[in-house]
Amino acid sequence: MSGEQASPLPRRRGLYRLARKYSLQIGITGVAFFIWVLFLIGSPRTFLRRDIYAAFMSSTPYFALMAIPLTLVIIAGEIDLSFPSVMAFGMTAFDVVFLTTHSVWLGFLACLAAGVLAGWLNGIIVVKIGVPSLVATIGTQFLWRGVVMVVTNGQGLGLTPVRETFLYPLLVGRIGGFFPAQFLWTIAFALVVWFFLNRHRFGAHVYLTGDNLESARLMGVNVHRTKILTFAAVGFAAAFAGFVVSEDVLFFWPTLGEGYMLNTLASVYLGGTSVFGGTGTVFGTFVASFIIGAINAGIVAAGLTGFWTNVIYGLIVVTSVSLQTVVSRRIR
Amino acid sequence: MEPFLQLKNVSKTFGEVAALRGINFEVGNNEIVGLLGDNGAGKSTMVKILTGYHQPDPGGELYLKGRRIEHLTVAQARDLGIEVVYQERALADQQSLWRNIFMGRELADRWGRLDLKGMRRETGKLMQTLMGFTSTAVSPDSVVKTFSGGERQGVAITRALYFKAELIILDEPTMGLSLSETRKCLDFVAGIRAAGKSAIFIDHNIFHVYPVADRIVVLDRGAVAGQFLKNELTLQELIDRLYLVAQTGSLNGGGGR
Repeated sequence: MSGEQASPLPRRRGLYRLARKYSLQIGITGVAFFIWVLFLIGSPRTFLRRDIYAAFMSSTPYFALMAIPLTLVIIAGEIDLSFPSVMAFGMTAFDVVFLTTHSVWLGFLACLAAGVLAGWLNGIIVVKIGVPSLVATIGTQFLWRGVVMVVTNGQGLGLTPVRETFLYPLLVGRIGGFFPAQFLWTIAFALVVWFFLNRHRFGAHVYLTGDNLESARLMGVNVHRTKILTFAAVGFAAAFAGFVVSEDVLFFWPTLGEGYMLNTLASVYLGGTSVFGGTGTVFGTFVASFIIGAINAGIVAAGLTGFWTNVIYGLIVVTSVSLQTVVSRRIR
Repeated sequence: MEPFLQLKNVSKTFGEVAALRGINFEVGNNEIVGLLGDNGAGKSTMVKILTGYHQPDPGGELYLKGRRIEHLTVAQARDLGIEVVYQERALADQQSLWRNIFMGRELADRWGRLDLKGMRRETGKLMQTLMGFTSTAVSPDSVVKTFSGGERQGVAITRALYFKAELIILDEPTMGLSLSETRKCLDFVAGIRAAGKSAIFIDHNIFHVYPVADRIVVLDRGAVAGQFLKNELTLQELIDRLYLVAQTGSLNGGGGR
């Protein structure tokens, strides 16, 4: 689908081959630079000061943490739309365990376990029952949101006790007085997922599963287990991100997660991951998350409000995706 | 010497439908067997029995290197060196050559960490030996989407040979290929014999099967309609006989072989 041109060039050496191999990454980096320059010109007073960078390093991880493992699901040829609800589902598990045991740490573990469980269940429904993931995860999105509302009775939970524990500086503190801890966690997530995708057998199977399910299966790749693991990874990350978001504002709202769907999906697709599966990079998603985050922060900083916000936002996303496509195709 | 593979009186029924009826079939060591037959003749059912996807009905026997195999499983078939190369389903298009060669059998340590260097190096060697890719435009990191149809078959066959396949089953490998691509593909099939291995070459097109096969077996409506060594018949005689098969169900115009 990428309009490959049959070029009879006999020699593709050195730099050119490198550029070709990393075309996705180069494309997205170019887009990021372009947007940054755009903002610099548009609002130099804001974008030459470091406050804006601290602000968007603290808010971008909310969805970047999920976009990174979601890249695996999409490369494997599936989709997950349930993660916004899973954010709240994880926090509901925290809510219940914390209120009964009064242990923040046990609550945190319950939160992560609930996320893995929700993701694993998505995988089971898709793989074992054979429901298309788009449909299955729309279903579980409603299911988990419903469970959250029933269990919490729609009531939020104040999280000030969390502030007393080491979890608070560990997850949302300011490292060196400037870098938000969640930003460093996002880098850690990216490195771990990058390792598994590019340097581990699991990642090789993720690419093969998404590229040609039938041949991967015939060649002995356990495509079922591979898919279930990618869904479980997103569940884990959604619960983790839900915890980080709630902890940052020291309150758990049962509506937690609403509004994260499009930012997260846009990060993966803008990062060059194919809608059809088989290709995509963690680096692309990582950079794209921060482009989306920068747009969010930039729109506010540039003083745009009201109805124009969405128009500008949409324009930038569409332009970026087009630019990314054009740039990477040129290099190919 | 025992034939590499032998089917004795193998039948397979699905409900009321008899897909195979008392098949006797063998593949010798280092032999290329052409398997001809119309749609529904039972070719793919036979392949599925040979690869362990289907079990034959009771009474049928399967021998590998003279040894009776009771319940062949998919994993066992592969361990015993039976490998299928499918036309469209063989490769992952958007992945590199080395990822395709090592598909499902990646070189890795016990923690699952990939040996990238090793896989690239081995792929590079295979390109020069079995695949015969000499162009500098192709590297182990080349994406297979850019390869021609014949080259893609070559990659799949090379992969099977590299992983010590003894018997390679080619399921209509020339379907949809241009003339020159077909030629390239047939060269790879001939390469299987040169490597000392056996193959079953399934195709509709006798013009493709005839030049590379040592022996040709014709299936019709679930039974072996006849078989002969290539040097027993000319191509024209074969074509005439195939018309006969279509009318009578037998190569000789009567029953049996």
